[in-house]
Amino acid sequence: MSLLASALAWLADPDSWSGSGGIPTRLLEHLAYSGLTLLLALAVAVPLGLWVGHTGRGSGVVVALAGALRALPTLGLLTLFTLLLGLGLMPPVVALVLLAVPPILSGAYAGIANVSPALKDAGTALGMTGGQVLARVELPTALPVILGGIRSAALQVVATVTVVAYINLGGLGRYLIDGLAVRDYSRMLGSVVLVALLALAVDAVLALVQRLATSPGLRLAP
Amino acid sequence: MTTAPAPAPAPAPGRRRRFAVPAAGAALLLGLTACGSGEDPLAGDGGSATDAAGTVTVGSADFPESQVVAELYAGALEAAGIGTETSPGIGAREAYVGAVQDGSVDVVPDYSGNLLLFADPEATASSAEEIMAALPEALPEGLTVLAPAEAQNKDAMVVTRETADRYGLTSIADLAEVCDQLVIAGPPEFAERAYGLPGLEEKYGCVPQSFEPINDGGGPLTVQALLDGDVQVADIFTTTPAIADNDLVVLEDPENNFIAQQVLPLAAEDRLPQEAVEALDELSGKLTTEDLVDLNRKVGGDDPMSPADAAQEWLSANGY
Repeated sequence: MSLLASALAWLADPDSWSGSGGIPTRLLEHLAYSGLTLLLALAVAVPLGLWVGHTGRGSGVVVALAGALRALPTLGLLTLFTLLLGLGLMPPVVALVLLAVPPILSGAYAGIANVSPALKDAGTALGMTGGQVLARVELPTALPVILGGIRSAALQVVATVTVVAYINLGGLGRYLIDGLAVRDYSRMLGSVVLVALLALAVDAVLALVQRLATSPGLRLAP
Repeated sequence: MTTAPAPAPAPAPGRRRRFAVPAAGAALLLGLTACGSGEDPLAGDGGSATDAAGTVTVGSADFPESQVVAELYAGALEAAGIGTETSPGIGAREAYVGAVQDGSVDVVPDYSGNLLLFADPEATASSAEEIMAALPEALPEGLTVLAPAEAQNKDAMVVTRETADRYGLTSIADLAEVCDQLVIAGPPEFAERAYGLPGLEEKYGCVPQSFEPINDGGGPLTVQALLDGDVQVADIFTTTPAIADNDLVVLEDPENNFIAQQVLPLAAEDRLPQEAVEALDELSGKLTTEDLVDLNRKVGGDDPMSPADAAQEWLSANGY
């Protein structure tokens, strides 16, 4: 049986879909870790990106920081944080948050910073305060770019959450790591296919959100 | 090494190596799949790799001790005037046995008991002699083992001194009575191998509260989980220096669930020249369990040596 056929057979096997180690459980775990990671990353990166984009203060630092964070290997951080903090949910999640922050931060900062000064001036001329300009002019205009950053982060996180199985957590990576340990390639390939499909599905949903959230005025603009 | 590719191809010891693994998900997936190098199904079947000009390729499993022993083998072969290459960190047994079979490596260090169970899951031999008697028969066609070393490295159930005192544990038989309250950590394959959870249940009736897979082969993460109390029992190798360093207790194994595990070269039949066999036999005659603990101490810890450098020290001290 070819590798692909045996991977499909693994995917089709009812045993793969049942029990506490079954695909539905692992899929939910995978989504839960990804969601938690993204929430934490959003909480950190969006306010920071908006503030830096709005005020222009610290933009050099943010660009450098985002670049440096992108260079950190997640698996290394995972091991490091687990050694420092012990087994548990948070060490892997913190490592993943560091992966998700750069694209969100860059998107938020770049989106706001690139809003046309004429628009901002128009807002100010209408008597808006700085906060109102940010909320009513800059944010709606920059939203497609900000959501683009979030989309990019979500794609990376869903694909990379696989590594949390290196330590003791679940998720679809469990099949990859366990499969490798006993050289069960069909299980490995089957799980990788699932991760890829999941990442594409999440990206498609976010693409739709991005489209719906874009102001009609912006959509018409060339 | 003849063409002296420096210690470069040998990745730094366990912990350092992991930090070097690329981060991005896609890269990780590729990396993990590629670990199987030789027997990787994606590579197709023309797997004969390196036999040009009589070079012997020494592979190793993906943990430091195997890499050090592989370097010892390479050093002994070099000393006998045989050109060698190393292919370290191939993977778990399923992966490196495949690599020997498909010809991408010629010899790889292994452990007698686990190799026997891998070749014949029904095997019942448990003493060192029984295992060596059963092995040649059990191995798949094309594979052979050379003389074993006195050195042994077994899996063992290890607990902290505190846990041992609290439950009065000296053997796995004691453990069985409180198993359902305890969490066991081990490498992912421990959940499926005959000596792992299936063996504990069958031989001792021990079914743990849960099993936490930690993919570092009883390394620092596993030890840390035990010391932090995240898990109460861990599958750690008996030659791990951390056992003595942290006053951990190795539980006795009256039912021989963890069978004898002598270090020995697993080789492709007919691909090793006679001088190579003699060189490896001579090396195995000198290698002791204490040597393994000592070598592990050198390649582990805060200031690790590379497996190649640690192996070189042992070779120099033993007249190579």
